[in-house]
Amino acid sequence: MAYVDRRPLEARVVRVAFGAAFLFLGLGGLGGLIQSLHRTGYFQFIGEITDGNYYTVLTSHGVFMVLFFTIFFLMGAFTWALTRSLDRDLNNPRMTKYWITSMCVGAFLTSLAIIGGFTNAIPIEANVLYTMYAPLQAHPLYYIGLTLFVTGTWVAGYDWISTYWGWRSDNPDERIPLMAFMVLTTMLMWYILTVGIAIEVLFFLIPWSLGLVNEINPTLTRTLFWYFGHAVVYFWLLPAYLLWYAVLPKLSGGRLFSDPLARVVFILFLILGTPVGIHHQYLDPGIPEGFKFVAMTNTMFLLLPSLLTAFTVVASIEHGGRQRGGKGYLGWLRTLPWKNPAFSGMALAGIMFAAGGFSGMINAGMNINYLVHNTIWVPGHFHLTVGTASALTFMAGAYWLVPQITGKNLAAKKLAAVQPFLWFVGMTFMSNAMHRAGLFGMPRRTSEPMYDAFSYDPAIGTVGEVNSQIALGGVILTVSLGIFLYVIVRTWFGGEKVESPVDAELPPAMSGPEHSPRVLDNLKLWVGVAVLLVILAYTVPIAYIATDGLWSGSETYPVVVDALDTLEVLL
Amino acid sequence: MDIHRFEKGWLVASLVLIVFFIATVAYVSAVTGIDMVDDSGGDIDVDNVNQHDNFSDPGVEHVGENEYDAYVIAQQFIFRPGSEPFGAIRIPANSTVNFHVTSQDVVHGFQIVGTNVNTMVVPGQISEITVEFNEADEYGILCNEYCGSGHADMGGSIEVVPRNEWNGTDGGDA
Repeated sequence: MAYVDRRPLEARVVRVAFGAAFLFLGLGGLGGLIQSLHRTGYFQFIGEITDGNYYTVLTSHGVFMVLFFTIFFLMGAFTWALTRSLDRDLNNPRMTKYWITSMCVGAFLTSLAIIGGFTNAIPIEANVLYTMYAPLQAHPLYYIGLTLFVTGTWVAGYDWISTYWGWRSDNPDERIPLMAFMVLTTMLMWYILTVGIAIEVLFFLIPWSLGLVNEINPTLTRTLFWYFGHAVVYFWLLPAYLLWYAVLPKLSGGRLFSDPLARVVFILFLILGTPVGIHHQYLDPGIPEGFKFVAMTNTMFLLLPSLLTAFTVVASIEHGGRQRGGKGYLGWLRTLPWKNPAFSGMALAGIMFAAGGFSGMINAGMNINYLVHNTIWVPGHFHLTVGTASALTFMAGAYWLVPQITGKNLAAKKLAAVQPFLWFVGMTFMSNAMHRAGLFGMPRRTSEPMYDAFSYDPAIGTVGEVNSQIALGGVILTVSLGIFLYVIVRTWFGGEKVESPVDAELPPAMSGPEHSPRVLDNLKLWVGVAVLLVILAYTVPIAYIATDGLWSGSETYPVVVDALDTLEVLL
Repeated sequence: MDIHRFEKGWLVASLVLIVFFIATVAYVSAVTGIDMVDDSGGDIDVDNVNQHDNFSDPGVEHVGENEYDAYVIAQQFIFRPGSEPFGAIRIPANSTVNFHVTSQDVVHGFQIVGTNVNTMVVPGQISEITVEFNEADEYGILCNEYCGSGHADMGGSIEVVPRNEWNGTDGGDA
């Protein structure tokens, strides 16, 4: 029986979450296309560089993609994963309704504040980018919307945990099923990592944007942001890991290699995911080098769970390829189901994640980071990670999950089969060119990276050639995204309901939970360790930074400034 | 716990790699003595940057035999000095320059284009970074942190000139 018939209420929640996710994916994708054509100089229809429209687009691209698309998708995927893995309905339908509503309203308000930046007709704007560094200030609606969105996720976490408690009282001696284990550890990490953004927004940004306090400490709010802002990347990544561990082995025709190692990986993210944020502030004045070194050490150890994942996932896929008749060292690659977009999307996403991991190791190095910090190398890196490892895996997952939550067969299968490959090709062009441009110093986050005072000096190739690859990549990615949305809409709204739209059976792991010590399932212990590490890594730095004042330091500065007026005063 | 022997090997290799990465950074920092950006630049009152002893007349000062201090103010959307109309930051060849950069409004970045001379410029803090310049050359500088609608215009240049062409007022009259 398809998921939609077995759990109609939960399927509805998943549909709302996925619907919101894909809506924001489409809007964010449009922003990405505009940026890739604007900053390379190919097509600049959003106006002169001196007005803020480019940054309105950039803010919407960032917030829609990395907060709304990823997290709405996670909400849907985790609702499915938890209820399927515990074989149980969610505990409290009213709570479920509350969190999904709160998230939708919050996302709507924040979007309104951002889109207000396009017009002067309404006095609302939020051209502060996803990082919202004070003293640049957004309309209060922007921060209030984000608050509703995040509190919604907190309630969702509680909804899932209380469902787990219900299951536990019925099954006192069972091991936590793997997907439920992944959902629980990820949400526990989420509670720990959102403490930073909650303090930043509730105690500093909202009172300041409402005019209740006049000044703000820019280093303190930056530090609180990055307490959240790095760890959140694991909140984008772990739903992809869940699909790689739980679904990808099955799609490739095999079984998961090791259940215990999957648990270890999620525990490592829970423990080490948060006390690393200061690595985004390697180049910050006002933070002693020792604090940065601690953050770097933790960051480097976070390579471990991803390297372990690479092993387990590749081993599981290889097993699948051999089950399908593949022989020899590499022959199993050929027998894999590359025509199934759910498989090919996840597999290609994994390959790109490996490349993203390599550039991430460079970003993490405290000294070599100086060469690439805030250059376009950095978006080159994270379009491989969140922009492909997460995004392409979610799209691939949707090809397998949307039929289950709608009861419809996947439509336009041939078109869907091409889509992940297009994404892969488009991202190869765009990301590779971005990395290269970063090395010769081209900055990120700017509408026009060409300057009067100097020109770039690329070691290989030319600026024009790099720009053409960024623009070409952007166009290919947009086509790929368009195909994805077309396939999903055709699936969702077309066709007849069928009994069993996909083979939803998930085979058990080769090495099951019985091979792992029970201590892995002791979530209280791991949360304790995680909290302790956060306290060790952050108490002293935050206290040090806060000595410059909590509500003092900088006043408010507008985003749009008439620079000539300032200059006349000076001259 | 059952771990396949290949997986054990992979695990050990991963840990070796991680420790190697950390060790290389520790080595560069502790043994070669290359300083990174930290809190050594000190604090500054954002509202009174123009009254500050060193920033009231920003620019390059001769402080030791081959050593110079360069004071630069970043503001929406210029560097003082560095950008027009204040002109390039002029530095004599074969010198060591301690850059002190601060912001009088929002968060900016300061990067010498295509090099690893790169720092955030956060209001209330002074970023300190030491650079050795060799022969005469020209470099671009830019702001690499979004700072408002005119951010894309925020660039400038550094001119490294032969020692006999440099004089104390160069790049100092901002």
